[in-house]
Amino acid sequence: MDNRAPLPLSRRTLLIVGVVTATAMVLPPFISAKACAANAARPIKSSVSLSVNGEKRDLDLDTRTTLLDALREHLHLTGTKKGCDHGQCGACTVIVDGRRINACLTLAVMHDGAKVTTIEGLGTPEKLHPMQAAFIKHDGYQCGYCTPGQICSAVAVLEEIRAGIPSHVSASLTDSPQLIASELQERMSGNICRCGAYSNIIEAITEVAEADL
Amino acid sequence: MRPFTYLRARSPAEAAALAAQVSGSRFIAGGTNLLDLMKLDIETPTHLIDVNGLALDRIDTTPEGGLRIGALVRNTDLAADTRVRKDYALLSRALLAGASGQLRNKATTAGNLLQRTRCPYFYDTNQACNKRQPGSGCAAIGGFSRSLGVIGVSAACIATHPSDMAVAMRALDAHVETVRADGSTRVIAIADFHRLPGNTPNIETALAANELITAVTLPAPLGGMHIYQKVRDRASYAFALISVAAVIQQDGSGRVVLGGVAHKPWRVETAESAMAQGAKAVADQLLAGATPTPENAFKLTLVERTLASVMAQARTHA
Amino acid sequence: MKFDTLATTNPIDQMKVVGKPTTRIEGPLKTTGTAPYAYEHHDVAPNQAYGVVVGSAIAKGRIASMNLQEAQSAPGVIAIVTAANAGKLGKGKYNTAKLLGGPDIQHYHQAVALVVADTFEQARAAAQLLDIQYVSSEGAFDLLSVRGSGAPTEEAPDTTHGDFAAAFGAAPVQFDATYTTPDQAHSMMEPFASIAAWQGKQLTLWTSNQMIDWSVTDLATTLGIPKKNVRLISPYIGGGFGGKLFLRCDALLAALGARLAGRPVKVALARPMMFNNSTHRPATIQRIRIGTTPAGKITAMGHESWSGDLPGGKLELAAQPSKLLYAGDNRLVSMRLCTLDLPEGNAMRAPGEASGLMALEIAMDEMAEKLKLDPVEFRIINDTQVDPVDPKRPFSQRHLIECLRTGATRFGWDKRHAQPGTQREGRWLIGMGVGVAFRNNLQMKSGARVRLDASGTVTVETDMTDIGTGSYTIIAQTAAEMMGVGLNDVVVRLGDSSFPVSSGSGGQFGGNCSTAGVYAACVKLREAVAQRLGISVEDAVFVGGEVHAGGNTFALHDAATAGEIVAEDAIEFAELSKQYQQSTFGAHFVEVAVDSATGETRVRRMLAVCAAGRILNPTSARSQVIGAMTMGVGAALMEDLVVDKHLGFFVNHDLAGYEVPVHADIPHQEVIFLDETDPASSPMKAKGVGELGLCGVSAAIANAIYNATGARVREYPITLDKVLHALPPMI
Repeated sequence: MDNRAPLPLSRRTLLIVGVVTATAMVLPPFISAKACAANAARPIKSSVSLSVNGEKRDLDLDTRTTLLDALREHLHLTGTKKGCDHGQCGACTVIVDGRRINACLTLAVMHDGAKVTTIEGLGTPEKLHPMQAAFIKHDGYQCGYCTPGQICSAVAVLEEIRAGIPSHVSASLTDSPQLIASELQERMSGNICRCGAYSNIIEAITEVAEADL
Repeated sequence: MRPFTYLRARSPAEAAALAAQVSGSRFIAGGTNLLDLMKLDIETPTHLIDVNGLALDRIDTTPEGGLRIGALVRNTDLAADTRVRKDYALLSRALLAGASGQLRNKATTAGNLLQRTRCPYFYDTNQACNKRQPGSGCAAIGGFSRSLGVIGVSAACIATHPSDMAVAMRALDAHVETVRADGSTRVIAIADFHRLPGNTPNIETALAANELITAVTLPAPLGGMHIYQKVRDRASYAFALISVAAVIQQDGSGRVVLGGVAHKPWRVETAESAMAQGAKAVADQLLAGATPTPENAFKLTLVERTLASVMAQARTHA
Repeated sequence: MKFDTLATTNPIDQMKVVGKPTTRIEGPLKTTGTAPYAYEHHDVAPNQAYGVVVGSAIAKGRIASMNLQEAQSAPGVIAIVTAANAGKLGKGKYNTAKLLGGPDIQHYHQAVALVVADTFEQARAAAQLLDIQYVSSEGAFDLLSVRGSGAPTEEAPDTTHGDFAAAFGAAPVQFDATYTTPDQAHSMMEPFASIAAWQGKQLTLWTSNQMIDWSVTDLATTLGIPKKNVRLISPYIGGGFGGKLFLRCDALLAALGARLAGRPVKVALARPMMFNNSTHRPATIQRIRIGTTPAGKITAMGHESWSGDLPGGKLELAAQPSKLLYAGDNRLVSMRLCTLDLPEGNAMRAPGEASGLMALEIAMDEMAEKLKLDPVEFRIINDTQVDPVDPKRPFSQRHLIECLRTGATRFGWDKRHAQPGTQREGRWLIGMGVGVAFRNNLQMKSGARVRLDASGTVTVETDMTDIGTGSYTIIAQTAAEMMGVGLNDVVVRLGDSSFPVSSGSGGQFGGNCSTAGVYAACVKLREAVAQRLGISVEDAVFVGGEVHAGGNTFALHDAATAGEIVAEDAIEFAELSKQYQQSTFGAHFVEVAVDSATGETRVRRMLAVCAAGRILNPTSARSQVIGAMTMGVGAALMEDLVVDKHLGFFVNHDLAGYEVPVHADIPHQEVIFLDETDPASSPMKAKGVGELGLCGVSAAIANAIYNATGARVREYPITLDKVLHALPPMI
């Protein structure tokens, strides 16, 4: 089936001539090429101070550095993972000022003075956080790459439920959300696990949640 | 991502003024869409003005009995606000249907309105896209169009607007408050805020260059049943194939807005007078003149059936 | 150790450690973010520079010109690797397309350059400044339109048995339908990533790879250097699913970049490039014809499949399961390969069987309905205990009927409404479906080295990999069982090419083969221990950290007081796979709810019953199966690499566009393992489950959707637009 409805403007303008430019400068009309060229000539640095897992860290970073790359490449805290770098997988989930976010879609310089908790800040192999221990017990992971993000998210999810924040699957917007599997599944959906440990992850979170009741 | 200078603005007017002074400026708040696009060289600012410190993160009651939502109110906070949950449930439901918990914690009210399309050809700088590179063509027309627009499209662009929140805002008759570089302010009705693609799909909103959104206001509560039904391929963390936002009153009258079908939230007020005649009558008027592709023609059926489901839910709960 | 006769009783049969549900020994590292993955080895080489890969903007053609000037002068840029300065490159045995393209372009996003800079930000920015002009040429991108050009392959000649055409023509009940499966992406969570460092002529590469030895060989071949000059280290792998079986461009370009830059270089492939740059599971078109007696006995089984790949590429062996799965005296199994200019097709989890059973197990459901037979019974009627094409050859173990019966009972199959579209709960239409799981057991040589030191610690070294499969733990269990020590006394070191060559991870052979290799090495170590202790190994009992023999008891570590004992061996498989057909079996049961208005499908219950030899670690084996079931939900409902048939590339090339299941898509999942040991498979008597769990599950979902709605969809994925037409009218 060919569904090409002929339309006045060709999608193939570039290919008709047989030549395309791989990385043509694409500028919205309101940005001048001159300004771009001026900035391209110099890396621009900015200092930022973060409190990471309770420790003050002062960094001098290229402004383009994401919080994720600041953690992984500058502080060598590689527990926070880069799965997609575009907010589409959740592997980079960290807790900033009490809230879980995707560290890949925020700039480090925007977080001066922020308190950042990464997987390394939750627990260590010798002293596991209860959520980490529950993931091990219920085999809530396989390759382990999405795992730190899942765990950071899970810890924050329980806080969100306690704080009464509703979700897409909450039957009522005015009642407090329930601690049930469907709520956990919906709230954890921003953390993709391609190994498919979801069923076990929900069991792990449920165990921690019930222990906290 | 190109190098950029970075500055934190101290007031909305200052932010707008600063933006006007430095060419290549963009405002950054949540950053969840802007940084995504900057990494792909689709957005190429040379100067970022961080507006997160502007104290636009309050939700206040207006003298008219409505709400004034600061531009920086995070999606999570807006969805969880008790007044919104009680009186503007449609808005809560739409927000909670979108993105993920992590993204909603970052994304702002203004930024959500300004989300750019998820058309895959827009996202690939090797491909022709009139929205990204005016005049280059539209690779989506005749390409993979299953998720793209069915109405209000043009020969230059068939992209859709990806926001759920904006669909609810349209149903609630929200207004967008802004400040411009000269310090002047204005109010834009949500109906006029997003544009159809026409020949200039690169221009997506009514905002002028360097104009900053400061708040979104909602009129006094409408009452009625609020239903936001989002239809998608996976159960969560996915953009809508279509969505239906509806506010339906006891007598069966109401408002209906569609998401996922057009370059903007799709509302045809006159179609709402057909509510009593049922979903088909409403859908027929809403989608009159639709020009789907063979790949996305299913959206017309899907809209009608989803609308029927929404109206049935309203009847059940009335 | 040669494995050439059926396994008899051996120390593994004690099952003191093996077979016990065991949490992963690397769990504390993975859950605390302290297990280092490929891109995270900051400490191994100083002064690492960053490489960013640039991919081709066209699908087929050539590079007309490349202007690097602007990129080269960008801040921080150290070097730019292209085909023009990379030197002469060979091509690895396992690669179809070149890993570095230019001037000829074979597929979209084929790597054409690596930009190396001091920082990631600089490298990424400079990569966007390359000015490359291309000349496109015509390509073939649509499988359907080139189907007629499909050619037979040496790899998979037609299987003809009896007279299929005559038997099908004469069959009282006939069924003939065509199915399609789309291209699919592995979408493992960790992107391809490598760090390369040269010391003189010696290259060390920290990477993410399932098959260490294959990739050492292919990297050496590609670079034109001796294999001994290459070392690969891959201790943790963030998922592979077949995508990391081979050398990929991150590894090659990191090596080339490091050589050109004169310093270590790290490279990770950007997610939006993963889908077109690397391999994928190829799309298939499958025609299935089944002829039966009125009572449902299959007399004719025909399965034909078409798939495409680049010139020189590989077939998707989709029709293969129909050689063996069901009885029937007349058979035609044929596969045809077409040339396509899409990115390289290659193995993805359960290659062949996964796609094949997506079609075959719908066909079986359709045929059962035609026969007015219960779909479970129809499959049982057509079970076979021998290779249907070579009846002298029995299956080593085949408990498919037990899987089906156990599953049906446990799932409540008797509550299924045979008439589609008749079970409704509110707005949801409810349906149940069944699908058979089938995957062959493959045997690959696998080596290991085992050390015993004076503290009594047993250290296992093998280049085996753990891609989430649980290799670390089952290898530790094997060594513990063999040496009579606790799990805590075993250290497992994997994924290093300086260790003995193993089976690697693929084809669900890794678990059985790599542990069998460890078994072989431990047999040698036991002999060495006995020798040191001056006892006969035949009399020795290794238990509780001790060795008992002839009334004497020794501490195991006493054997190593005079120095560490090192033993090395490999398991090598002989002809048993010819004598016995070795396969794994299962049955998937699924319940779905379909929104009667929108056609959205939500899976409500899933059960898999598996018969797959000895289950070495029920904990990780279960995880393998539920993970595969999850991937099967994706394949059934959403996964589809969409081809732009004019431009020739996969359009939805990121994780927002290529949807894989999320938490909300997956219900609580149940797995039952039948108690089985297979003495033909190895001394471990184990087989594999990691791929079995994927086979047949998507069809079970498809069948459940049919049962719920009456919509029989033969084109995957079963998205709502394909179901809408069958839904009840809305009032």
